[in-house]
Amino acid sequence: MTRDAMRHVYGWLLLTPAAILLVAFTHYPTVATVLDSLYSKGSAIRPSRFVGLGQYAQLADDPIFWKVLANNAWFALGTIPASVALAIAMALLVNRALPGRALVRMAYFTPTILPMIAVANIWLFFYTPDIGLIDQVLSVFGLPGHNWLGDTATVLPAIIAMTIWKEAGFFMIFYLAALQNIPPELGEAARLEGASRWTYFRRVLFPLLMPTTLFVLINAVLNSFKLVDHLFVLTKGGPDNASNLLLYYIFESAFSYFDTNYAATLTVVLLALLAVLALAQFFALDRRIHYW
Amino acid sequence: MTAPAGAGGRFAGALEVSAAWLLAVVWISPLLYALWAAFHGGAYATHFDPTAPLTLDNFRQALDQAPFLRYGLNTFILVTMLLAAQLVLCTLAAYAFARFRFWGREAAFALVLVQLMVTPEILIVENYGTLARLGLVDTITGIGLPYMASAFGIFLLRQAFKSTPKELEEAARLEGCGVLGVLWRVYVPLARPTYLAYGLVSVSHHWNNFLWPLVITNSLETRPLTVGLGVFGAPESGVDWSIISAATLLSVAPLLVAFLLFQRQFMQSFMTAGIK
Repeated sequence: MTRDAMRHVYGWLLLTPAAILLVAFTHYPTVATVLDSLYSKGSAIRPSRFVGLGQYAQLADDPIFWKVLANNAWFALGTIPASVALAIAMALLVNRALPGRALVRMAYFTPTILPMIAVANIWLFFYTPDIGLIDQVLSVFGLPGHNWLGDTATVLPAIIAMTIWKEAGFFMIFYLAALQNIPPELGEAARLEGASRWTYFRRVLFPLLMPTTLFVLINAVLNSFKLVDHLFVLTKGGPDNASNLLLYYIFESAFSYFDTNYAATLTVVLLALLAVLALAQFFALDRRIHYW
Repeated sequence: MTAPAGAGGRFAGALEVSAAWLLAVVWISPLLYALWAAFHGGAYATHFDPTAPLTLDNFRQALDQAPFLRYGLNTFILVTMLLAAQLVLCTLAAYAFARFRFWGREAAFALVLVQLMVTPEILIVENYGTLARLGLVDTITGIGLPYMASAFGIFLLRQAFKSTPKELEEAARLEGCGVLGVLWRVYVPLARPTYLAYGLVSVSHHWNNFLWPLVITNSLETRPLTVGLGVFGAPESGVDWSIISAATLLSVAPLLVAFLLFQRQFMQSFMTAGIK
């Protein structure tokens, strides 16, 4: 064979080890999930059989499914705008001369490297009724305690607050990088023109940070679908599914109720949502290129 | 923002410094609180008396009640084995994508990128089945296997290899290096910063990973720290709060200490990893 033809051989030989594992744990299971969602749950007396879109009809009638989907939406809406706004504020605060700048930046970023399980363990005690830190502080002011994680009205906000704490510092580093690429002359020019700092932020900085914001938003939405570890420690999805999320419901269906076919149907929904996000990312990144 | 001039500007500047510090204190306080609880007796859990006696008793009890050293060893074996496998597999695949115009390259690369979105923990049900058929349920290899071919690693290394000047490869070829020799002598050494960034991100990610290890392990001999901690800290386990704090700190300590020592590299790596 000529050397030129050998490139096909080398290319595929080098790729093969990774390709086998990728196919085995990403592509094959994706296809298998879609196929499984078309079959009913099998049991000892009734084997699994083809039901077409039957599982999807069941899904449409499942109030818990709609509940977890709504929870996912609220979780995303509650965590993302707040943590992005905080991330921008943090980046602006540490992007200037500041005594102890490295320490401040470290304080903001540290929650990022903790596992969600550890974060949940720490925050669990804040939320514990009566003996927990929040209720103890409230009692100092003579206010009554509250079962933050046991009340359907407060459980999701409680989890959202914790997640904002965990994520804001992570998003901050992307804004820091972006701010460092913005020439300081822009700020000086704005000042000479008599623009207030708020006007400068709103009219100059924020638009320039837009590509970063798009990037962060997409990653944040992705994370909001994948982040469920804390539920295992804090609430197990309860009370009454008030804090349940799609991926946690998939886990429950498969490993608590042993209905892997229904879990597959739920997974297809999650995959579809991720595919939509992938397309959004594609177009957002496209815009980013035009923008610059 | 640039420092504003004038008295009003100085006031605004002081305000911003205070805001930065206030937010920093608020942000670090949950962790400081965990430190307080872990080093003090249960009676002081919400009683912040600076003269309260320090104690290591909570750590001793945590270690007595659950094999955290074993969990730590499992996590260490997991991240080391996984990183080694990822480096080898991703290097080879990235080299193929960066330097060989083989048939089907674009399509194969698009298929690799699918994994950036569809990560193995989303497919827990099917992947559990696959590992059961391979007889790898409840093994440390089983925890790591689905992550060994990492699309993210392939992507990062391909970028690094593509930016390596071709002249260096030609020079190495003249010296008599083969396909793998060029990779080992030219591409790998020049991509060292990328390897460092990827390594830090991979180790932190898998040190902290929970859902998939929870699904695939069910014994003390394989459970990593996160799963051990999750079992330990579950509300129904009825363990004392101060002891849970101690156990939590034990689990995060190695990574936290590494982060405090190498802050700059960590933040830089996370940023490279995110921006791609």
